[in-house]
Amino acid sequence: MSLSGLAPLLVLVAAIAFPFAAVPAGGEYYVGLATRVMIYALAASSLNLVLGYGGMISFGHAAFFGAGAYTVAILAQEGVVSGLAAWPLAVAISMLCALVIGAISLRTRGLYFIMITLAFAQMMYYFFVSLRAYGGEDGINLAARSRLPGLDLADATEFYLVVLALLAVCLYLLKRLAASRFGAVLRGIRESEGRMTALGYPTYRYRLVCFVIAGGVAGLAGALIVNQHGFVSPNLLHWTQSGTLLVMVILGGVGLLYGGVAGAVAMLLLEEILSSWTEYWKLGLGLVLLFVVLRAPRGIGGWFARKESRG
Amino acid sequence: MAEPLLEVRALYKHFGGVVATDRLDLKVVAGGVHALIGPNGAGKTTLIAQVSGEVEPDSGRILFAGQDITALPAHERVTLGLARSFQITRIFRNLTVRDNVALAAQARSGSSMRFWRPVAAEGALAAEADAVLAGLGMAALAGQTAGSLAHAFQRRLEVALALACRPRLLLLDEPLAGMGAEDAQAMVGFIAQLRERATILLVEHDMDAVFRLADVISVLVGGRVIASGTPQAIRDDPEVRRAYLGEEQEAA
Repeated sequence: MSLSGLAPLLVLVAAIAFPFAAVPAGGEYYVGLATRVMIYALAASSLNLVLGYGGMISFGHAAFFGAGAYTVAILAQEGVVSGLAAWPLAVAISMLCALVIGAISLRTRGLYFIMITLAFAQMMYYFFVSLRAYGGEDGINLAARSRLPGLDLADATEFYLVVLALLAVCLYLLKRLAASRFGAVLRGIRESEGRMTALGYPTYRYRLVCFVIAGGVAGLAGALIVNQHGFVSPNLLHWTQSGTLLVMVILGGVGLLYGGVAGAVAMLLLEEILSSWTEYWKLGLGLVLLFVVLRAPRGIGGWFARKESRG
Repeated sequence: MAEPLLEVRALYKHFGGVVATDRLDLKVVAGGVHALIGPNGAGKTTLIAQVSGEVEPDSGRILFAGQDITALPAHERVTLGLARSFQITRIFRNLTVRDNVALAAQARSGSSMRFWRPVAAEGALAAEADAVLAGLGMAALAGQTAGSLAHAFQRRLEVALALACRPRLLLLDEPLAGMGAEDAQAMVGFIAQLRERATILLVEHDMDAVFRLADVISVLVGGRVIASGTPQAIRDDPEVRRAYLGEEQEAA
């Protein structure tokens, strides 16, 4: 196995070991932080599938993230606390939202696509703001984390490991997808959609399937984040959340397998460090982003994967 | 006379106040090269776009091999055997030449809604791409990145991609666009070798190329066909001379 194939495995082993080293040393807080980072890595990776592999600049990805979170929270309020029921349902609901939003949005291109995805996400934001039965603007508190058989998710380490496992599986599936026939079609569409049509591909259908898959993964991330925070509010669907996910992907590397992960790690750790120094930490984050965009257009992931081909 | 491979009936298309296609009739019979010429703005590219399905006509009908395809989406027309090349090169610049052609082969070999198996493991697609390239004398280019090819070879790949769809009718939209005299000469030879494989509808500005390649020429002026016939008949047609050829000669 080559070094570049080995590196992700080493990171995985280190990630598995991390809570067992951190918790006894009194670092439970950092296990929670790492869990949050991984959940955002999952959400950013799903946006990267749309943006980097499919070439669609979606500015409404938080809608699916939020839909997944709300599904779990609403089900919990109605008494359904099993993760085996709630999480797959969160994925399904998010996919359904992506199907409806995608079916309409994907008829547009470029700037119009950016605006219409933004508009749909804001519509969902205001929908949840006005949803009085489920907290309205204040959102919903989760009484307890979802239940999985044989596991105690209230335990930080166990929840961390479940999130890590899901992230690893999703990244592996993303890798398979990128190399598959479907991935080849996405690559072709990103480079020249007109030519793909002229070769006989129904490009709309492929872009829609890509959009729906990404929506489902974002929904899973949403189901996890509500468990991590114990809380969901409409802010999770706000357009600034979509912007945060976009920044993560750009920071990490558009169209690179680990771009979403690298971006989420970099951004959330920067936030953590900078905000402990100054309340103007967003200024520092902006400067770092400026630097990356100017000096490393392929993002942080691009530094590591310089020789590997895109997509 | 045999049924035409492509028949366009009373096709009409306007953009705002500009009539691009004005109740146009055209028949293309199977076999050989049918050239479409006309001054700039005559509506050649718009006509090709309507035949290939990218632009929807306002009225009129398009029949391909006897089937009405007027309302058929562009990608389904390709499946029926109608492929095109573009005036402005549309190749996959970051892929190798082989992978470019393999994408065409993949389009014809079953569904691509497959998410698990690596496409690189499908030797048949690469093999077919290599066979297409070898048949066109482009085997040596297979491993190169398409975007790094010289312009003349990018233009050949443009045509090769259309041919890899195994069309019955090949629409070539100004294949010589942007080429110098020497490259154009070679490209004419390249197109000539395609005539055995598909009927060709050729839009081209280069009159030397048109008169060397075409069996039939139709002249488009103001969105309508004003004359159709053999190269000799077109050359001698007084109306064509006045509307088009004369004007070109004066310009030259």
